[in-house]
Parts: sequence; C-alpha cells; structure tokens
Amino acid sequence: MSVADAGALAPARRAPFRSPADAALSAAIAGALAWLAWKVVRWAVLDATWSGDGIEACHARGGACWAFVRDKARLILFGTYPYEEQWRAALATALVIALFAATSVPRLRRPALAWAWLASAGVVVALMRGRGAGLAYVDTSRWGGLPLTLVLATVGLALAFPLGVALALARTSGLFVPRLLATTYVELVRGVPLVTVLFMASVMFPLFLPSGWNLDKLLRAQAGIVLFAAAYLAEVVRGGLQTVARGQLEAAAALGLGYLGTMRFVVLPQALGAVVPPLVNTAIGLFKDTSLVVVIGLLDLTNAAKLAMSDPRWLGAVVEGYVFIGTIYFLFCFTLSKLSRSLERSRAHA
Amino acid sequence: MPEATPPSEPPIIVVTDLHKWFGAQHVLRGVSLEVARGETVVVCGPSGSGKSTFIRCLNHLEEHDRGTIMVDGITLDRDVRHLQAVRREVGMVFQQFNLFPHLTVLENLTLAPVRVRKTKPVAAERQALALLDRVQLADHAAKYPAQLSGGQQQRVAIARSLCMLPKIMLFDEPTSALDPEMIQEVLDVMTELAREGLTMVVVTHEMGFARAVAHRVAFMDQGELVEVAPPAQFFGAPQSERAREFLGHLLRADGGGRGGA
Repeated sequence: MSVADAGALAPARRAPFRSPADAALSAAIAGALAWLAWKVVRWAVLDATWSGDGIEACHARGGACWAFVRDKARLILFGTYPYEEQWRAALATALVIALFAATSVPRLRRPALAWAWLASAGVVVALMRGRGAGLAYVDTSRWGGLPLTLVLATVGLALAFPLGVALALARTSGLFVPRLLATTYVELVRGVPLVTVLFMASVMFPLFLPSGWNLDKLLRAQAGIVLFAAAYLAEVVRGGLQTVARGQLEAAAALGLGYLGTMRFVVLPQALGAVVPPLVNTAIGLFKDTSLVVVIGLLDLTNAAKLAMSDPRWLGAVVEGYVFIGTIYFLFCFTLSKLSRSLERSRAHA
Repeated sequence: MPEATPPSEPPIIVVTDLHKWFGAQHVLRGVSLEVARGETVVVCGPSGSGKSTFIRCLNHLEEHDRGTIMVDGITLDRDVRHLQAVRREVGMVFQQFNLFPHLTVLENLTLAPVRVRKTKPVAAERQALALLDRVQLADHAAKYPAQLSGGQQQRVAIARSLCMLPKIMLFDEPTSALDPEMIQEVLDVMTELAREGLTMVVVTHEMGFARAVAHRVAFMDQGELVEVAPPAQFFGAPQSERAREFLGHLLRADGGGRGGA
C-alpha cells in the first residue's frame, strides 16, 4: 500500500481475511447480507402473487402482492386523469423522460436542447390540458400521478433557478435595498416549512386577488414551490459566488466589462460550476418534496398511490404501493445524481 | 532607447495631489505625476509604500478620496461613462494573472473585444491569435489556463489586455508571483512593448528592467512620491536619503543583481 492510501480509508481497503478477527467479521457480514437478500427475493419474487382481483388472492402465498400494482398502475401513474385520455398523459410523461435522458448525455448538452425543453413545456401543457388540436379539455384539477409530479418539479426548478440566481446576486451586491430585500426573503422562506408555503399559496393568494379572479389551484401550488425552492437555490448559488476570487472581478473590470457582463461571462459560470453537487442535491430534495401538495388536495404520484391503497378490495397492499412509487422516485433521482457527476466531469479542466 | 514624446504634446496621464485612505490609514499622501505618451515609468519602493494602490487608482480599481486623475483627457470621477471610457484605453496586468479559469486561452482573449468593443467574433479570434503569436503562445490557444506555467499564464494575461488595443498598460508586480526561471520571458515581452512606444506604468522590484527599459523611475515611500528621475540618475545618484536606503537594501539583499521583493 502506498503512503497516499494510508489515510482514513485504509482499514476499508485492507484485505478482508487478514486476521482471524477480520475473517470472522467479514463472514458474519456476508452471511447477514445473504440472509437479507434471500428474504427479499422470496418476498418480492418467489412468494409473490402477480395476478388476481383482490388482496385475498395474495394472502395464500404470503409474498408481495404485485397484483395490486398491476390492477392500480394506471391510477397510481395518472391519478384521476380521464381514463380514455390517459395516452395523452403518458405521451407527455414520455416526452419529459426523453428530455431528461438527452440531458444526461454530455454530447447533447447544447443550446438547442434548452430550446427543446422550452418547446416541450408547451407541448406537455397542450397535451395534458387539451382544448384545441382536437383534444378534449381536461381541467388541471384532474391532472395527477407521475405527470403532475414531473410538471411540478421540472417547472418548479426551471423557474426557481433564475429567481434563485437573481436573489443570490442581490444578496451579494453592494446595494443596500436589494441586499436587504433578498436577505429578508431568503430568511423568511427558509424559516417556514414547504407545507405552510403551499397552504398559504392555496388559501392566501386568492385573498390578494381582485374579486372574481380565480387562480388555478395547480398554478398556486406551482407558484408556492417556485418561491420556496428559489430561497434554497439562492443560498447554494451564493455559496458558489463566494468561491470566485476577487481578482476575477478586477480582471473583468479592467477589461471594461460592466456588472452584467462580469456576472454573466466571468463570475456565474465559475460560481455555478463550483456548486453542482449541492445544486443537484436541492433539485433532488425538491423533486421528492412535491409530494407535499397533498395538503392542498392535488393528486401527485404519492397521493395517487395512497388513493389506490385505500380501495377496499386491496386494503393492506401498502408496502407494494410504496415500493412501486419509491422505485419511480429513485430512478429519477438517481438519473439526477448521474447528471450531477457528468456535469462535474465535463467542467474538470486539466 | 526610444525617446518619449517631446514635451510639446500634453501628457497622457496627469495625476494631481492624489490622496487615499483605507479607514484611518492614509495610504496615498498627495501623489502628483505626469506620464508622457509613449513613456515607460517604473514605480518602485518598499512594500506598503502605496505603489500598488497608486496604479490601481489609475483605472479606478481603487477609488481615490482627493485629488484628480486625468487619463487621455478624461477625468476619472464618479461618472460611470468616464470610468468605462478610461478602462477601454487602459489595460492591466496583475501579480496573480487573474486569467478566467473556465475559458480557454483563446476565449480569455476574445471575451472583452466581443462583449465590450463589439468586435465580430471572427475578427476578434484573428486578432487574438496574432497577439498570442507575438507572445509565442499560439500553440496554446485551445488550452485552459491551469494547463500553462506561470510565465505562460502571465504572457496570456498581457495578450488579453492588448486585445482591447489599450493606449496605456498598467503592470502591478507582474513577475512577483513567478518562479525565477520564468521572470525573464515576461520581462522580454514587456521590454518589446515599451520599445514599440506603448505607454506603460510598471510597479516592479525588477531593477534590471527599470535600468534598461524605463524612461523614468518613480520612487514611493509611505504614501509619498519621493523621487522621480531617469534611471541613470536614480540608480547612480539618488537624491533622497530614503531612496539611497531602499537601493542599499536591494543591493545587500542579492548582491546587486535582480532586486528581490
């Protein structure tokens, strides 16, 4: 082992069977893992029930009741979106997933992809909402499941990010009023749980609107998520701004770049590059936090699953429901982490 | 050595009675200096003498508290248009290079011409490559700053400033952060620029450079401009006690060769 390796990691890298004690410990851990794996495989595969039309069909075998997921998949995935129109929700979801996939390929990350995201936002809304283009109108109150979760998270991040950058710039600027406003905003929003923000967005927004105006419930929830996420993103970006050396500002100033040019071309590219991991961390957190829209009665992926579990025919199929949506959440969040690592690699010069 | 412009032409930099405080500390105490078009002035003095602060005032990286600075007929005041006009004419090279690490060498050079001077990208690239060739780094255009040595980075920084076609170049201890074997390559570039008649104000401890290239040496101590004289006179027969003491220190420090910091 080289000297460089002999740090805190050294014990973990040691051969697992060097001494009798090591061997015993390794064997014990391997045994426990194997036992656990066997239990999981038995529950999830060997003893599982794959078809049937009620929880009773599963009781006999004792394993996982995948028949529940099979029966309720469309309710969980699309909520109460009209059954005959669910192909539209599925298409919209596929479009967003395709864009996520494209974004995780470094070669495809060009300006055109940003335009594709923007254009597909319009397509997704047109598909989901209908009215015109020969599609029946579906009110946003009936949107649900995975497409709703994706819309809330993606639009939330897309709008919260520029707002967060603006807040961070205001907070680090030398100007007193913008700094005070940004600091107050960030501290207020961060000090309040998302549930509260959503409640306020749902209940209080309408009080401020002129009478007769009614803002869509989905829009209110979306606004709440954007305003909430922006505060967190602002702090992450501010951390990035602090990593940019003062000399960079001076060099930009000496070259005649003004404030906006300096920020856009010199400071922000470096600042954002430095905080990719915490930015993605915040994005992942937000993705999962969208499930809190249950408090204002929106039926996102989590809440559609809960609705499915409350069907009297399937009472008790709780673990299966959560495993199913957990897997979906995991796939998206894992893609985001992979994206984070690929972004870090592509900016690692020399 | 080329002659600086004859005295009939007005000086390109006129500094009158410049004062600057950092809190309670009075770091510039009434500095007045005129620099002629095409002249190279080396500013030297012990550390803490205010020489860096002085040249950083010339493009307003530091705001002066009293006195006036006029650069090519433009008075530096709180007017942002004046400031931008001055910065278009004045390039600056820093001790720590301050290249933009996220941009390639070529992008470092073309950023300001394209974004500030609104030069067409193709034209800006052609000009940038020509300037890189001049500092003998044309082969490194596609590299990132971190892939270059200190001396190469500083030459890129000089080329980056030249891309804005400045009338005046400020050098703030351009070789102080370099390994000894890289100092000469940077000084060679600076010497060439001075010979071509660019107006330069250089803060440096390189007394060899001052002796060979400067038209005048300005000696600062404790925030005051103590003595301004042609190098032959300054090094041969310094007028002030403080300058004699400073030069004596330098000579004792490294046997009269290159003056160390």
